[in-house]
Amino acid sequence: MSAIISVEHLGKQYRIGALRRGNSFRDAFDEKIRSLLSRKKPSESKDEVLWALKDVSFQLEAGEVLGIIGRNGAGKSTLLKILSRITGPTEGLIRIGGRVAALLEVGTGFSGELTGRENIFLNGSILGMKRAEILSKFDEIVAFAEMERFIDTPVKRYSSGMYMRLAFAIAAHLDPEILIVDEVLAVGDAAFQRKCLGKMQRVARAEGRTVLFVSHNMAAVQTLCRRALHFAAGRIVAEGDVDRVVKGYLAPAAPSAGSSLREPVELGPALRLDGIDLPAEPVTSGGPLRLALRFSARAATAVAELAVLFYSAEEARVAVLDLRPGGLPANLPAGGGWTASCAVPSLPFVEGEYSVGLYVRADRFADNRFNLARFVVAPRPAAGGLAPYGAEHRGLVELDFTATFQAGSGGPASGAPSDSRAATV
Amino acid sequence: MNDEVVIKPTHGLSALRLREIWEFRELFYFLVWRDIKVRYKQTFLGAAWAIARPLMGMVVLTIVFNKLVGFSVAGVPYLLFTFCGVVAWNFFSEGVSGASQSLLANANLISKVYFPRIIIPAAAILSGLLDFVIAFSLALVLMIYFHFVPTWTIAILPVFVVLTIVTSLGIGFWFSSISVQYRDIGHALPYIIQVLLWITPVGYAANKIPSEYQLLYWMNPIVCVIEGFRWSMLHTGTMPLTLVALSVCVAGVLFVTGLMNFLRMERRFADVI
Repeated sequence: MSAIISVEHLGKQYRIGALRRGNSFRDAFDEKIRSLLSRKKPSESKDEVLWALKDVSFQLEAGEVLGIIGRNGAGKSTLLKILSRITGPTEGLIRIGGRVAALLEVGTGFSGELTGRENIFLNGSILGMKRAEILSKFDEIVAFAEMERFIDTPVKRYSSGMYMRLAFAIAAHLDPEILIVDEVLAVGDAAFQRKCLGKMQRVARAEGRTVLFVSHNMAAVQTLCRRALHFAAGRIVAEGDVDRVVKGYLAPAAPSAGSSLREPVELGPALRLDGIDLPAEPVTSGGPLRLALRFSARAATAVAELAVLFYSAEEARVAVLDLRPGGLPANLPAGGGWTASCAVPSLPFVEGEYSVGLYVRADRFADNRFNLARFVVAPRPAAGGLAPYGAEHRGLVELDFTATFQAGSGGPASGAPSDSRAATV
Repeated sequence: MNDEVVIKPTHGLSALRLREIWEFRELFYFLVWRDIKVRYKQTFLGAAWAIARPLMGMVVLTIVFNKLVGFSVAGVPYLLFTFCGVVAWNFFSEGVSGASQSLLANANLISKVYFPRIIIPAAAILSGLLDFVIAFSLALVLMIYFHFVPTWTIAILPVFVVLTIVTSLGIGFWFSSISVQYRDIGHALPYIIQVLLWITPVGYAANKIPSEYQLLYWMNPIVCVIEGFRWSMLHTGTMPLTLVALSVCVAGVLFVTGLMNFLRMERRFADVI
C-alpha cells in the first residue's frame, strides 16, 4: 500500500518576541521608531525564535492508526494544526491523498442560543459534512448522544456532560478518509469515555480508516494504535511499535529536578494561570512539599472550585488537593493577581517523577489541565538498615502503619494488646 | 489519489481559491443562518427590532434636520426621505461593524478548523440582508401611506444594493484582518462609524454640501449609495455620472485592496488570533 500521508522535513517556527510585542498599533509604532533610531532592520531585532517543529518526517499508510505522544509543548498540536491546514508550515512538504477531517476540539462553533438540533447541523457543516450527510445521520447522532428528549432545547441549558456528549456524537459520525484526533476522548464521564473509545476502535479497526491519534492517555493509545511517534521539543525522538515507544516515553529520563511552570496557561475567558512554583530540588519521600499557584484575572471573575491534581509517571492520579475549603476568591477584579500556596507537611509518595495538573471552575468555565509542572520525589533514608524494595514494587504511596506479631495458630488471640492492630505483611 | 493535497510554506499573496470557496458554500450558508437565528434570540421584541431600529433613526434624524435645522425636500415628506437613507445606512453600518469583528467573534473556529477564512466576514455582511429586506418592505409600506408612486428608476435599486455590499466587504476585509493582530479596531470602530454617519447624507440631501467640496464628498461610496436609493425610489437629487463613477471606483479600490490584504494576512490568523 502506498503512503496516504507523507511528511518531509517539516518545520514550524514561531517568533515569540513578535507575538509578545506588537499587539496594538502603538507597540508597532514604537517598534518602528526604535528600529529607525538604532538603524537596524526590524528583522535584526532580537526576537526569540522557537521551532515548534523541526525536521519532522514520517509516512502513514492508508488504513493505519498512528499514535502521537509527547509532553505538553512537544509539538504534537502544532503538527495536527499543520496537517489540518489551520496554519502553514515554515519549511518542509506534506502530501495528503484523501479527505481529512480534524477533531482538534469537540463542539467547535457550538452556539449556546441554538438548540441541539440546530447545533448538529451547524457543527456538522463546520467539521466538513454536507447537509444531506448530516440529515441521513441525524437520528444516529441523537441516539449516540442519548439526547432524544433535549434535542430541541437550547444548548446553553445543557449540563456540561450533555454538551460534551452531543459534541462528541457529531464528531464520531464524521466519515473522512483520514481522521485527525487530538485529545478529545478526555471528555465526559467514565462510561461515555468507554463508549467513545469503543467507537474510535470500530472506526480504526473495522472500517479501515486512517487515523492520527494524539493523547496523553497511554492506555487509549496502546489500545487503538500499532505504531506511535514520540515527540520531544519539536522532533521525533522515537518511532515504531506502540508498546516500545510508550515504554520509552514513560521511563523517567535522566533523574532531573522538577520543572516549575513558567508559561502562562489560559483558563477560560477570564482566568490565567501565570505559573506554578515547585522546589527545584527533589522532594524527599515523607518530607514536606510546598507549591504555589499564581493566577491573574483578565476580567472580573469568581473562582468556584480549584483542585491540584498529582499524577504518577504512568499518568495515574495519585492524589488531589481540594482547595475549596481554603476560601477561594469569590470576587477577583480584572487585572487582579492571586496566589494559592499549598504545603503538604509529609508527602507519602514513593520516589519517582510526578506531574501536577489542575482542575478549575470559574464562572461558566470548568476544565482539567494536565502535565503543567513536574517534580521529583527522592527516596527517604532507609530505616532499620534494611534495603527497601525497588520503587516499581512499592506502589504509589508509603503508608504509616504499625504491626505486631504473635506466635500461635490463626484466629484472634486472647490477650492481644488493645492499642495495636494485628496486621499481616 | 486524484485529489492529493500538498501543504508547503507559502509566501506573499495567497491565491483567491474560488473553487475552494464554492466547496465550502454550505458552511457559508450555515454561518449566515446562524447569525440570523442568533441575532434576536432572548429579546422581547425579537425580529421587530429590524423595524424598530430604522424607525427610531428616521424619527431622530427628521427631528434634527427637518424641525431643528429646517431642511426640507421639495415634493417628498421628510420622514420618507430620511427613512430611505436610514435603510441603506443601517445595512452598510451593521454590515461593516459585524464583518470587522467577525474574525475575533469566530476565533475558536479559526484556531480549530480549516476553511477559507474569507467566508466569515462575507457571511456577517450577508446575514444583514434579511434585516435590510424587512426594513425595505417597510419603506414600500410608507411610500403607499404617503401616496408615493415609484417609477421605472426603482429597477436600478439593486445596483446600489450591490455597491453597498462591495463597499462593506472592502472595509470589512480591511478591518477584520487588521483586528486579528491589533484589537484597536474594536475600540475605534464605533467612532469611525459615527463620523461616517455625519459625512454621509443620511439625514440631509447631498446638495447641502458646498459645490467645491462635492468631488471630495463623493469619494465616500456610501454618498452614492444613499443618493442612489433616494433617486431610484423618490426621484430626489441628481446622479451626476462622473461623481457616481468616482464613488464606484473608490468602492472597487477598497474591495480589491481589502481582499488582497486579507489574503496576505490570512495565513497567519490562526497563529496570531
